[in-house]
Amino acid sequence: MLRDITIGQHFPGDSALHNMDPRAKLVLTLVYIIMLFVASNPIGLGISIVLVFGLYLLAKIPLRLIGKSLKPIIPIILFTAVLNVFFVTGESEPLVSLGFLHIYREGIDYAVLIVVRIICIIAGTSLLTYTTSPIVLTAAIEQLLRPLSKLKFPVHELAMMMTIALRFIPLLIEETDKIMNAQKARGAQLDSGTLMQRVKALIPVLIPLFISAFRRADELAMAMECRCYHGGEGRTRLKELRMSGKDVWLTVAAVVVFVAMGMSNFLWK
Amino acid sequence: MNEHAQTMLEAKDVVFRYSETGSNAIDGLSMQVKKGEYVAVLGANGCGKSTLAKHFNAILLPASGTVWIEEIPTTDEDRLMEMRQKVGMVFQNPDNQIVATVVEEDVAFALENLGVPRDEMRCRVDDAMQMAGIYKYREKAPHKLSGGQKQRVAIAGVIAMRPDCLVLDEATAMLDPIGREKVMHTVHKLNRDYGITVVQITHYMEEAATADRVVVMSAGRIVMEGTPRQVFSQVEAVKALHLDVPQSAELCHALTQAGLPMPDDVIRPEECAAAIYKTLTGKEPPRDV
Amino acid sequence: MSEFVRVEHLSYIYGQGMPDETIALDDVSFSIEEGQFVGIMGATGCGKSTLITHFNGLNRPTKGHIYIGGEDLWADPGDIRRFRFLVGLVFQYPEYQLFEETVYKDIAYGPRNMGLSEAEIDQRVRRAAEFCGLSDASLQKSPFELSGGQKRRVAIAGVLAMEPKLLVLDEPAAGLDPEGRDTILGQIKAWHKETGSTTILVSHSMEDIAKYADRVLVLNSGKVAMYDETAKVFARAPELLELGLSVPEVTKVFLQLRQWGLDIPVDVYTVPYAVKTILAAKEGM
Repeated sequence: MLRDITIGQHFPGDSALHNMDPRAKLVLTLVYIIMLFVASNPIGLGISIVLVFGLYLLAKIPLRLIGKSLKPIIPIILFTAVLNVFFVTGESEPLVSLGFLHIYREGIDYAVLIVVRIICIIAGTSLLTYTTSPIVLTAAIEQLLRPLSKLKFPVHELAMMMTIALRFIPLLIEETDKIMNAQKARGAQLDSGTLMQRVKALIPVLIPLFISAFRRADELAMAMECRCYHGGEGRTRLKELRMSGKDVWLTVAAVVVFVAMGMSNFLWK
Repeated sequence: MNEHAQTMLEAKDVVFRYSETGSNAIDGLSMQVKKGEYVAVLGANGCGKSTLAKHFNAILLPASGTVWIEEIPTTDEDRLMEMRQKVGMVFQNPDNQIVATVVEEDVAFALENLGVPRDEMRCRVDDAMQMAGIYKYREKAPHKLSGGQKQRVAIAGVIAMRPDCLVLDEATAMLDPIGREKVMHTVHKLNRDYGITVVQITHYMEEAATADRVVVMSAGRIVMEGTPRQVFSQVEAVKALHLDVPQSAELCHALTQAGLPMPDDVIRPEECAAAIYKTLTGKEPPRDV
Repeated sequence: MSEFVRVEHLSYIYGQGMPDETIALDDVSFSIEEGQFVGIMGATGCGKSTLITHFNGLNRPTKGHIYIGGEDLWADPGDIRRFRFLVGLVFQYPEYQLFEETVYKDIAYGPRNMGLSEAEIDQRVRRAAEFCGLSDASLQKSPFELSGGQKRRVAIAGVLAMEPKLLVLDEPAAGLDPEGRDTILGQIKAWHKETGSTTILVSHSMEDIAKYADRVLVLNSGKVAMYDETAKVFARAPELLELGLSVPEVTKVFLQLRQWGLDIPVDVYTVPYAVKTILAAKEGM
């Protein structure tokens, strides 16, 4: 059951998007999110939808995955939409009045706006992880943050922590599964009872899990030392990221679209 | 050549205990490992064999006595990186010694730490992966590999440092028979073809039987030593140390005791079969085609 | 003897409907008589671990049925917990499931979940501990102070204390030295003899299976490759080797002798039996 978690899932591929420099992808994703908030008009949002769908097609990632990644937050989306529909008041007459609730045209506009933004943010950031392996993403973060190390910010340590976390998360998930099975085999009831009972029932799972995690950390530290690990000083890397010509063109194209999104505000008025 | 040039590892009167009050995990032990040698260190759980292994690349330092790596005493902190690079360690649990999320990046880990230039690193990483027979998995995530494959990734990560010596601390204990066989094959190849000295800590008799020399430990001391033949022919003595002998040796010993004299230096199944054939038929076994 | 375990056309598919769908078990059928000691072997990934988690309902069959003591496990899914106590499962490296402050409390965890009286729990804990060679003094220790082999025995005692009618052990001796291995397997065998519980031992070690099991089930890619008396399975040594399994070293010796044209049985898998066979052959010459 724990195996089904798909956070940061990666779908290897060979599209232009897959092969793009992860630093560019990361920065462009951030800019995209900002632009979603800048462009608050139908044209801008239209462009953003077309962009994200187009990129999914380019990366050959099935569109139904957008639905899958949205599924857990559907309640949030609905909640914010309903909130906007009912509580945003406008200057014109309400479109519908149900007792004390009034629905204004502006409310519907806002609701649509918010829903589209959330969907685009989720779809956009998912696309980043779908097309970029976590390790490459970590390398990108490390390199983007590197200037900060001059300010004594522990960039290397942060990147190392992320790498180790990525390495051990699947292991610990598997291990949790195993321990849960072992305790269930001894009659533990992990999925029934009151909240208190359930929390209590988790102790036999959590204690072994922590002990195992500490043991792993201990052994890993020793193995790292045996392989001459001594912090980030004087380290070289097997892979260094480089922007290719294609990456530059993709970035330029993305920037053009972003500018269009920004300009749409003036067009709409 | 002087004596140092031929000695890879040396321990002299080493004593070690984990706590002040506890008993000695290593109790006045001395041994030498020659360059290019394949030594198996055998012993029941808690005999101190893993503690000894950790002395061979300065993870642990003796309470008294000295350990040398070539001519360097392990207490020489300034040369720690050099020692770690000379003696590579592989531990029991393959999962807990792989750092990176992609095989080749993990193999490169030690070289990255040592600041090896990228072009040379690429070359050494590829070599190491070829030598350990995991080149085809280079872009995989370690957790998708089997235990034996992961352990060979760990070996590759160590031999990328181009060490002179490999210390395996029960490196096959968690593997299935096939994984164990593959790892053993890899280690023997490294020893034979690349002249890497091997110290293998194990409690599998079949593995020890393939070494040049077997050292048996009990209660922090060396209690038996010799070629596998010399050690395993002493069936009773080995069993008294709560260890097994290979079944072939055990069978020959049992037959001798049952009144059917058999040679007492048999440790492999082929030899055992040949000896039985000879006893039963009075002839040499036919040559295999 | 009556039949105690019955597996009928059992199939199990991981991630059904997903792109990474894998068939772990494929139409597996067999049955085990009450009180038998059955060894299960197969190369890694043959479906052994998936199979044993079906015996106490941790996994639900994609297809097929399992009957324990004549009852269909999944007749009433709400009642599945009952089978957790009827079937004791010891996983690989079970010492990693220890969590209590004392050895006693950890062994008592299973019996307590069964809702037994304190007196009954106490009796069972002591009995299981004794079987596993744990002294009274060690019962009040923290399990984390013990050596690896002792921890393993505490974990096994924790399952034995539930006094299951079917005991399933997955590689109980993995990673132990020869003495630790013989001790634990000997204790399990003693438990089997004294309580008459049906026992399943999953192991990579043919030597261990050969020594303890009455019958052997060989799995290969999720299917039953062989299921027969131990001697008859080991008599098919060349096939076992082909399935990527190792056979005991003495079996290899006998295979070689037979290849050289000696007329001797090949169902030899333990040293004492090998000695007997050779002495008999000598007589006959």
